Amino acid sequence: MATNVVMEALSPTMEEGRLVEWKKQEGEAVAVGDVIAEVETDKAVMELVARAGGTLLKQVVTAGATVPVSQLVAVIGEPGEAVSASAAPAPKASATPAPDAQSSQPSPDRNRSESMPPAPAAPQASEPAGRPRAPGPTATPGGNGQPAPSGGRVKASPLAKRMAADRGIDLAGISGSGPEGRVVARDLAQAGARQTAAPGAARAPAPSPALAGVTGPAYTDTPLTQIRKTIAKRLSQSIGPIPTFYLTTEVDMERAWEAREALLESAKGTEGAPKVSFNDLIIKATALALRQHPACNAWWQDDRIRYWNEVHISMAVAIEDGLITPVIRHADRKSLRDISAEARDLAGRARERRLAPEEYTGGTFSISNLGMLDIDEFTAVINPPEAGILAIGRIVPKPVAHDGAVQLRRRMRITMSCDHRVIDGATGARFLQTLTGMLENPLRMVY
Amino acid sequence: MPTLTYRDALNQALREEMQRDPDVFLMGEEVGVYQGAYKVSRGLLDEFGPMRVVDTPITELGFAGVGVGAAMVGLRPVIEFMTWNFALLAIDQLVNSAAKMRYMSGGQVGMPAVFRGPGGAALQLGAQHSQAFESYYAHIPGLKVVMPATPADAKGLLKSAIRDDNPVVFIEGEMLYNLKGDVPDGEHLVPLGQAEVKRPGGHATVICHSKTVAVALKAAEQLAGEGIEAEVVDLRTIRPLDTETILASVTKTNRCVVAEEGWPFAGVGAQVVDTIQREAFDALDAPILRVTGADVPMPYNKVLERAAKVDPAKVAAAVKQVLYLE
Repeated sequence: MATNVVMEALSPTMEEGRLVEWKKQEGEAVAVGDVIAEVETDKAVMELVARAGGTLLKQVVTAGATVPVSQLVAVIGEPGEAVSASAAPAPKASATPAPDAQSSQPSPDRNRSESMPPAPAAPQASEPAGRPRAPGPTATPGGNGQPAPSGGRVKASPLAKRMAADRGIDLAGISGSGPEGRVVARDLAQAGARQTAAPGAARAPAPSPALAGVTGPAYTDTPLTQIRKTIAKRLSQSIGPIPTFYLTTEVDMERAWEAREALLESAKGTEGAPKVSFNDLIIKATALALRQHPACNAWWQDDRIRYWNEVHISMAVAIEDGLITPVIRHADRKSLRDISAEARDLAGRARERRLAPEEYTGGTFSISNLGMLDIDEFTAVINPPEAGILAIGRIVPKPVAHDGAVQLRRRMRITMSCDHRVIDGATGARFLQTLTGMLENPLRMVY
Repeated sequence: MPTLTYRDALNQALREEMQRDPDVFLMGEEVGVYQGAYKVSRGLLDEFGPMRVVDTPITELGFAGVGVGAAMVGLRPVIEFMTWNFALLAIDQLVNSAAKMRYMSGGQVGMPAVFRGPGGAALQLGAQHSQAFESYYAHIPGLKVVMPATPADAKGLLKSAIRDDNPVVFIEGEMLYNLKGDVPDGEHLVPLGQAEVKRPGGHATVICHSKTVAVALKAAEQLAGEGIEAEVVDLRTIRPLDTETILASVTKTNRCVVAEEGWPFAGVGAQVVDTIQREAFDALDAPILRVTGADVPMPYNKVLERAAKVDPAKVAAAVKQVLYLE
């Protein structure tokens, strides 16, 4: 029995992918997990992996072709198996299989289930239409523990829906024990614990393996108070869906400059020591300041605010035709040296478009730095659901009043964009005070 | 507290109200000399005389009309139907006269009348004498519909019904007349329009009234043996419906079964379910189930009659179903 290989959604937002290169040729043996092809998504170049073993019978598209998600790209089966007979039996179609496999459009039900890359279970593999089992002959509903039908709507009781919404649980991942897989309240009791213990990559970043001993919940969901609701509503009406305001401050970078020079000097001759940049310093200081100001380390979640107990810094990296924000996880707990090495690695791979989705999602706060491009000061656009982003300008000597005299000092301007639904002016300002204090006196970072 | 039968509790209510207010009088078939077909009016003729305890011919439409007329001129008649099956002959007086009088006169003409008698099935009385008509009257704006399930409620509700200035349809249970229970002496009033939680429980709500209250309580007892705590809510008044008590219970338990003796189509339970799905949609973890009499004319055959009626096993099964246990 031949297996169809379809274009998978390899990033959360991917709608189509360009098949860059075939890694397996027609007639070649394929094992489960083998890389069949490289696919360029909207964000990175990813690997398309075999979900079934056998022989690659046919490459349905040529290298370089752009293919919508869930459309057929190849067929795996037994050697000599006739492809035309097995390729693309349109899951719901009543007609005979289309001889031209590429023209067959799998049904939406099928799309949904096959485009979930890591889902280990394909429960309806033996039920081509992906439909839930028909109810029994009697009206007795009988909880039978089958998973909620993966195609289309998730059936759930109103109470279960409300509970899921309250707790931020995704019903799609829950196996319903009610009739026809209906998710009912009791299914959420266990699921709640399971889902928070094993969050999806895009939803909540997995703790960095380098940081054993990180305990406690990753975040705290706080229901919106009435005043927060009113602030959110009125300000959104005023200036768009994310009511942004900006806070600008100028930082004296003399001591940071000295500190960096000293670090570079001391690392001279040390094998593999990364060259710490001002950006690394800013990432570290920002992460530490966020830990003191959790009100700025938060996600807007429409009906609540998610205050993160972990600090994951998204750093904007310019790439050839756009930008991407790789995430330095637990930046508050990492050494400057680790941050520096990681930032370099992530930025490098970002430019090569070789980041995995979990490497550019799940940030809690962003930093964008255009200092190296000689920008004095700018405003950055918030990266939702995060509530804040720092725009870092260049470090430039300026005549300023210092110790009762006009002196030339290295200064840097920082502008913070704040989502006013989450962060109020004074909240953001106090965070910036802490951050400025750390940059002006780097010892404060370890104080 | 004295223990009385449901029958004697009603008798006590009538006596007390007739003593309290000379405008109250009882009229119907066999209420006087025979002391009531079910002996509800025992001793009343002797105490109050034939002007206030009036035997009538077998003319339901006629004496219901006399009752309506008496209420229009300011008396407080209690009109007894031997059963509500026979009141079908009088329904024009209830629907077109009693229910409309205050409204169509702009409040100038009062209608403080009570129409009472047993409703529902007893045992092997056949299709024509085994019918639950509460949903007929509950359908009519202008009528109140009251259905006590216990002796104490029978007394308290009848006294409140007699004092109410609106026409009240008061449906008793033929099979309930011998039911015994504690009944407070003297001034015991149960307000119309208030349901009562007859047994508290957290897992599922069983809404019932009249004869199905005892059925639901028995089912709840069986379920308790299996660790399931059913909350039994007795509506007591069908109209006006006590939505507050219903919603409070369903919001607590998230699951609901509605039991009633009558037929399913457009029954009282249909109205209850409508209220719950609209007002407490997000509280529901399962579709509300109804347990009703079978949708057939009541069979005379004993075995079939039993099969057509609501019983504890049916209620218990429905409760398990809304808990996804069966």
